[in-house]
Amino acid sequence: MAETTELQQPKGVRGLIHRFYGGAPLLGILLGFLACTFWENIIGEALASVLLLPKMPILFGLVTMSKVFAGLFNLAIKGSPFELFTLIHVPMALIYFGVVYAVPLAIVVRLTVRPANAVARSLQQLPLIVTALVHLGFLYAIFHVWVELSDYRLITLKLTLIAVLLTLSLNIINGYMGEFSCSHPGFMAVGAYMSSFFTVGLFVNDKVLGEALLGIPLAFLSFPLALIFGGLCASLSALIVAIPSFRTRGDYLAIISLAFLFIVKSFFENMQSLGGARGIMGQPDWASLPVIFIVVVIGVWAINNFVNSTLGKALNAVRDDEMAADAMTVDTRKTKMVAFLFGAFWAGMAGGLLAHVLRFINPAMFGIQKLAEVLAMVYFGGLNSVYGSIVGAVSISLLGEVLRPLEILKWIFIPLLLILVMIYRPTGLVAFKEFNVRKSFGPKEVD
Amino acid sequence: MTFNFLMQNFINALQWGSFYALIALGYSMVYSILMLFNFAHGDIFMVGAYIGLGVATALLALVGTSGAALLPGWLILVLTILISMFLTAFVGIIVERVAYRPLRDAPRASAAITGLMIGIILETSNILFLGGSRLKFPQLIESVTYNIGGVYVTNKKIMIVLVSLGLMLALHQFVRRTKYGMAMRAMAYDYLVIPLMGVSMNRIAAMTFAIGSALAAAAGILFGLAYPVLDPYMGVSFGWKAFVAAILGGRGSIMGACIAGFMLGFIEIMTVPAIQILNRLFALNIGSNLRDLIAYSIVLLILIFRPHGLFGEAYSAKLRL
Repeated sequence: MAETTELQQPKGVRGLIHRFYGGAPLLGILLGFLACTFWENIIGEALASVLLLPKMPILFGLVTMSKVFAGLFNLAIKGSPFELFTLIHVPMALIYFGVVYAVPLAIVVRLTVRPANAVARSLQQLPLIVTALVHLGFLYAIFHVWVELSDYRLITLKLTLIAVLLTLSLNIINGYMGEFSCSHPGFMAVGAYMSSFFTVGLFVNDKVLGEALLGIPLAFLSFPLALIFGGLCASLSALIVAIPSFRTRGDYLAIISLAFLFIVKSFFENMQSLGGARGIMGQPDWASLPVIFIVVVIGVWAINNFVNSTLGKALNAVRDDEMAADAMTVDTRKTKMVAFLFGAFWAGMAGGLLAHVLRFINPAMFGIQKLAEVLAMVYFGGLNSVYGSIVGAVSISLLGEVLRPLEILKWIFIPLLLILVMIYRPTGLVAFKEFNVRKSFGPKEVD
Repeated sequence: MTFNFLMQNFINALQWGSFYALIALGYSMVYSILMLFNFAHGDIFMVGAYIGLGVATALLALVGTSGAALLPGWLILVLTILISMFLTAFVGIIVERVAYRPLRDAPRASAAITGLMIGIILETSNILFLGGSRLKFPQLIESVTYNIGGVYVTNKKIMIVLVSLGLMLALHQFVRRTKYGMAMRAMAYDYLVIPLMGVSMNRIAAMTFAIGSALAAAAGILFGLAYPVLDPYMGVSFGWKAFVAAILGGRGSIMGACIAGFMLGFIEIMTVPAIQILNRLFALNIGSNLRDLIAYSIVLLILIFRPHGLFGEAYSAKLRL
């Protein structure tokens, strides 16, 4: 056994990484990250000042580095002054990353290979739900410790999680069903408005929506209800796109969905009772990290189960050949309807979460810009893949934050990157990959 | 009074529709040739308007310095339109080369994404180089208002409608009568056979992009004449609405795109007087800012009842161009 794995191992840097982490189960890697986050909480500040960094690197030192590059660009383009000293931030940020993340991660993962494998093996005997909960608990612990150091991390993480949910819900329609739906920001807007209508209308004294109708102390417990209400309203609105999809496909459906987006935006702009073009603000601050984490996990779980179910496979069949699917007893109408309503439901949930994270919404937020962003995430990550959607949402969100110091140039780099991805991997980075939960939680066969 | 009011809006709609129609032509031609949407087209319209601004400013400066009154305003306008159309055609060719040619065999949605991204790059570069502030388009011809039986018409409006109609007619003749037009029609009919007939697919595709972009540039300059404030995002909403018109017209049909462009203009402009008349007749109180809502609901209804566009079926089988 050991010999065969030895032979299959790739060479070079990848081989090195493979030899190091190859034997570690997911549990060990999560443990390693948890150790890193604790380690950063202990030494982060001190290390940053020792390394002459202006403040502690927030996103793995990437923002620090991109700030330096932004300075260089500004020097090259506008000739604005650039302090040569800041160049030192690049190696220092790398050292910081190494000391805080890479090295401890490597050490912990390496040291815990055996025990982690043993634990993973015994967890495998338990029902899947228990195993999953253990892993998710670790993941949440990592997030919780990681965001303690700065509020910026908290908001970035929240928005990234919401982006994951949103991307996945669009992938149902655009990836699994193979349509080109442009209506997603519309579903989001419906979800955001309706859940805000629920929470602000019932529990908050607001200028637009009037006095609070109810003032129960434990009102935040109704937040899931508000989200589900938003999601259901979004699904209901999705009927406008779903019903024409029986008769038409492809480009015409794309236009119908685009018209839907314009209609929704215009509708909310003109609903003076919902704030009109100014929107609604003052949503209660209920979308805390655990709430978002739980909703997103449930969303990912539900969507993953959905696409792996018979109905999900029927979706793929409809995409590849509708007539053949019909001949194979697939109820194409039901399939399309369910896919649209389900995708819209989760988009609405994501919209509701977004409204309560930003605590402010207006119709302009849900326009073409948002559409381009979500489409970019789906197609960057990969079509027809839960895993790909997560990769796409996380990488585009992180990239957006990391390149923020570049200001306007950011909107040249990100599109260029996407064009390159499209040219070299037209279906996205990790398209058409199954997300095998059981296998990814299991132990790695190393003795 | 009501008749004059309607006529006034009719003329405005004609003008508004001619912008949509000119831009929709670009979408439609590319679609018929390559079966994909050039989502950067709205931004090419924006680039065209800015190039027009640059050319017009340069020409005005040239005339001003040499002190020659040889060039009257209308001649400068004609030159501006021609030069900008020529220059913008190259922008279209570059976009095709960078964003679409490498993706000829990829899924169509991927090409749509590259188009979207090229659009963002064009907007951003505009902000980067010109600073993002709104610029004023120089008024090349003096505005004269005619009063025809109580309806006010400016010479600009007449010119805009006539120039766009002329360009559409020229395109129609080009596609029908010339060898290149024949190649385009052939490619729209069956692009797999085209290389076997000794026609370069890439050259025809590039030419289609060039023509579409040139038309968008003309639309941009005419738009600049009518509404002389340019901003980097002018192409976004305008482009997407023209895209709707292109689809409404039917799969890659030139006639369809023109008619649907005018129709969208009419729907958008005429909803306001229609609402006002309804309000007066039935003592209702509908806000006239519901324009987009009503216009796109109508589009939605049309597409629900004619899922292949207005002229889709008639043209789809054989002659899409």
